[in-house]
Amino acid sequence: MDSLNTYLFIAAILFSLGLFGVITRRNGVAVLMGIELILNAANLNFLAFAKYGGMNIVGHIFALFVIIMAAAEAAVALAIIINIYNNFRTINIDDVRELQQ
Amino acid sequence: MIDVAFWFVVILTLGSALIVVLNEKLVYSAIALLFTLFGVASLYVFLWADFLAGAQVVIYVGGILVLIIFGIMLTNRITSVNISHTSVQKGMGGVAVLGIIIVLGIMILNTPWYQTEFVEPAQTTATIGTLLMMEYLLPFEVASLLLLAALIGAAMLSRSGE
Amino acid sequence: MTGNMIMDYSLLILFLPLAAFVIQIFIGKRLPRQGDWVSISAVITTLILAIAMFASMLIGHDPEFAQEASFTWLDMGAFHIELGFLVDNITITMLLVVALISTMTHIFSIKYLEGDIRYSRYFAYLGLFTFSMNGIVLANNLISMYMFWELVGVSSFLLIGHWFEKESAADAAKKAFLTNRVGDIGFFIGIMLIFSTLGTFVFSEIFDGIAAGKMGGTVLTFAGLGLFLGAMAKSSQFPLHIWLPDAMEGPTPVSALMHAATMVAAGVYLCVRLFPLFTPDALLVIAYVGGFTALFAATIAITQNDIKKVLAYSTVSQLGYMILSVGTGAYIAGFFHLVTHAMFKACLFYGSGSVIHAMHHALHKKHDHETDPQDMRNMGGFKNKMPVTYWAMLISTLAISGVPLFSGFLSKDAILAGTLSFASHHPTHFLLPVFGFGAAAITAFYMFRLIFMTFHGQPQIAEIADDIHESPKEMTFPLILLSSMSIFIFYTLPYFNPFSDHGWFTELIIASDAAVPGNPSAHYIAEGVHHAHYTAMALSLFVAALGIFLSWTFYYKKKLSADEWSEKLKPMYNLSLNKYFFDENYNRFLYQPFLKLSGLVAYIDWDLYDKYFINGFGRVTKVLSFFTGRLDYDGLDQTIVDGIGRSVRQAGGILKFLQTGRLQSYLLFALLGVVIIVLVQSF
Repeated sequence: MDSLNTYLFIAAILFSLGLFGVITRRNGVAVLMGIELILNAANLNFLAFAKYGGMNIVGHIFALFVIIMAAAEAAVALAIIINIYNNFRTINIDDVRELQQ
Repeated sequence: MIDVAFWFVVILTLGSALIVVLNEKLVYSAIALLFTLFGVASLYVFLWADFLAGAQVVIYVGGILVLIIFGIMLTNRITSVNISHTSVQKGMGGVAVLGIIIVLGIMILNTPWYQTEFVEPAQTTATIGTLLMMEYLLPFEVASLLLLAALIGAAMLSRSGE
Repeated sequence: MTGNMIMDYSLLILFLPLAAFVIQIFIGKRLPRQGDWVSISAVITTLILAIAMFASMLIGHDPEFAQEASFTWLDMGAFHIELGFLVDNITITMLLVVALISTMTHIFSIKYLEGDIRYSRYFAYLGLFTFSMNGIVLANNLISMYMFWELVGVSSFLLIGHWFEKESAADAAKKAFLTNRVGDIGFFIGIMLIFSTLGTFVFSEIFDGIAAGKMGGTVLTFAGLGLFLGAMAKSSQFPLHIWLPDAMEGPTPVSALMHAATMVAAGVYLCVRLFPLFTPDALLVIAYVGGFTALFAATIAITQNDIKKVLAYSTVSQLGYMILSVGTGAYIAGFFHLVTHAMFKACLFYGSGSVIHAMHHALHKKHDHETDPQDMRNMGGFKNKMPVTYWAMLISTLAISGVPLFSGFLSKDAILAGTLSFASHHPTHFLLPVFGFGAAAITAFYMFRLIFMTFHGQPQIAEIADDIHESPKEMTFPLILLSSMSIFIFYTLPYFNPFSDHGWFTELIIASDAAVPGNPSAHYIAEGVHHAHYTAMALSLFVAALGIFLSWTFYYKKKLSADEWSEKLKPMYNLSLNKYFFDENYNRFLYQPFLKLSGLVAYIDWDLYDKYFINGFGRVTKVLSFFTGRLDYDGLDQTIVDGIGRSVRQAGGILKFLQTGRLQSYLLFALLGVVIIVLVQSF
């Protein structure tokens, strides 16, 4: 269990699941959840490499910045979704196609 | 014992992640996300990242998840708990994602990763604090600026038009 | 001044206008006076710094002075990009020119744009432009040059379209931007040719590489021509000159700053900086393009009636001169002309702005919104009404016509001498001096035509003559200052010989040798120029006098009637008046076929592909689904068929959405592409 590859595989699966959510979900909030999964997968990789690369704390710092970024991103994304909802009365992102033609 | 705990956490994380992306009810997805985030935090513990595990719980579970649930509640009628959200292009998406997993798997197995000898676990909090205040002071301050900008931007955006 | 201080000053000069831009664009509107004082104080500071640098250059008196500073911007193994600045005497002189004209433009604009709806934004864009122009001047490598080059293009676009409510202004902005794109493609190809061969973007390293023989022959010629294509578009050389006259839709101070003095000179500046890398073949192309443009644009300027259009074509023609001098190797003369031209042409534009301003107000008072305030046929007799404008414009006109005692004489003479010496070494290229001297005669003619039509004779519209007044101090000050900069002593100090360009300029700014092996050395070229000096001077004096005399008989004494002569030369007159039908021909042979082609592609895509293929596919699928549905109900297992039906519908749905602009399907296809590429790569 205690090997780098285990963590990398877990992160890869988590990343793919997040990607699947981003691609398939119609609801904007659900897409956002998919993005959070992707970011978590990336963080998992950072920390795994940090541990097996000789406990390099710089990886932790990076992961911390990713979390900060995720917080900012979630706030802005939700604000955008609420804005879309106010304008279109829907948050199904495939209904929002003003740019089409 | 630790092995059992580890695999339990892995299954919890990936299983609830599966629910997050597959369940048709939005609120269930959100609650499943709670378990995923907790699971990832536990994996951080296995990776000796004690500070980040704490940060993960506080920021993700306490902050972002609450924000997401607020988002769900604000954009739907709260009375209907069964806020359904259908998925699209599941078949093609599944194929693509399966492809991605295969590609990533091949890459993970074939790449000679840089690894060092086993290192004793250490307290990370103090080191992280020192690094943040010394070498990474500028990114740290920029990050706080980013959060401020996000705060103001989010408030501006979600304000209903005057 | 120490090297470090020079760098500090340069960086301040570069970034102060940017700071002004940021302040103006975000909070300009809320500041008192809409924040014009922020921009103005920023550029005045840059002017003071530029003067200090200039003074230290004069005191130091070191022709070899050069200071470089660079930092690593990107480091990806073999791909290593350094960005940096180069300060030498050319840079310092150019910085001073930009700072001076920019400051004058800011001051002039206070009154000219008083009460404009986007007053603060206008000043913001001026700041952005000044920043990017200084960036071009300071760049020591092709990549930062290219970045600032694009920034200049953007600010030009924004400022030409300042009054974007007017359709012609919006169109002119688009035209300028798109024409410049054509040149930028060449510029980029040139950069990449050089980088792929030499692996560097830095000027000095490029020259070293070429001198060492690492790059040469056809590749270098094409690289040089690519870079020159960029210069052609920016400096509006034939056949990419079409955007500059239209760019006069922008506010007049902008025309003075960007489309006369500095931005259009960026192309010339690029050629001056990169002169050592041009091969003889490339130089020959450059010389012919420049020479032809000089003559060609001058012949258009003769018949234009819009005061700004005359000046616009005159700018194109003068830029042709500078390019010509680069082509003949006497490129320092071209840079000299760039400096002197910046002063008198900016002054001429301010003068025209002052006249238009007066006309506009007079017409406004009479509630006349039909008469064109820029048409010279509506002017006349303004000499006593606007004495300051008159004298300033007269001095600048004398300078541009090449009359002794004024700066234009010195620089034009140097260019013509270079051309003559080139032609004496290569007698087959006798056309180049013909272009040069012909353009000089025509320039004198049409510039005096402008002066006579605007300021002399009887007022053409008597009603408004009483309401024409001199412009306010904010507008006359730049006129006075810049017209005095056209007097020869500013360029010949510490000497006082008005017939020789010998002075600080020729002593401090010296030509560097060409890096291409086999090209004539700078000394050889200078020798030839020196040799041809007196012949060129006599000839240029003669043609200038001829032009002025003809103009005087036509438009002042009216001994010869301009109308009669234009009747006699009807075909030529029409060609010139209609600018050789360039826009029309471009439209007919370039834009229309292209639009037709686009229409055809759209038709194939929309009417044939979509209607028959996609919809047909959908219809077949529907029919199939219908049959499977029947079969299903008739006997097959529900779940299996349901599954098939669903996947068929999904496939149909995906196909239907192939072109719908749904973000998630695009993401999906991108992902599938990645998977396929990686799998193909690894097996």
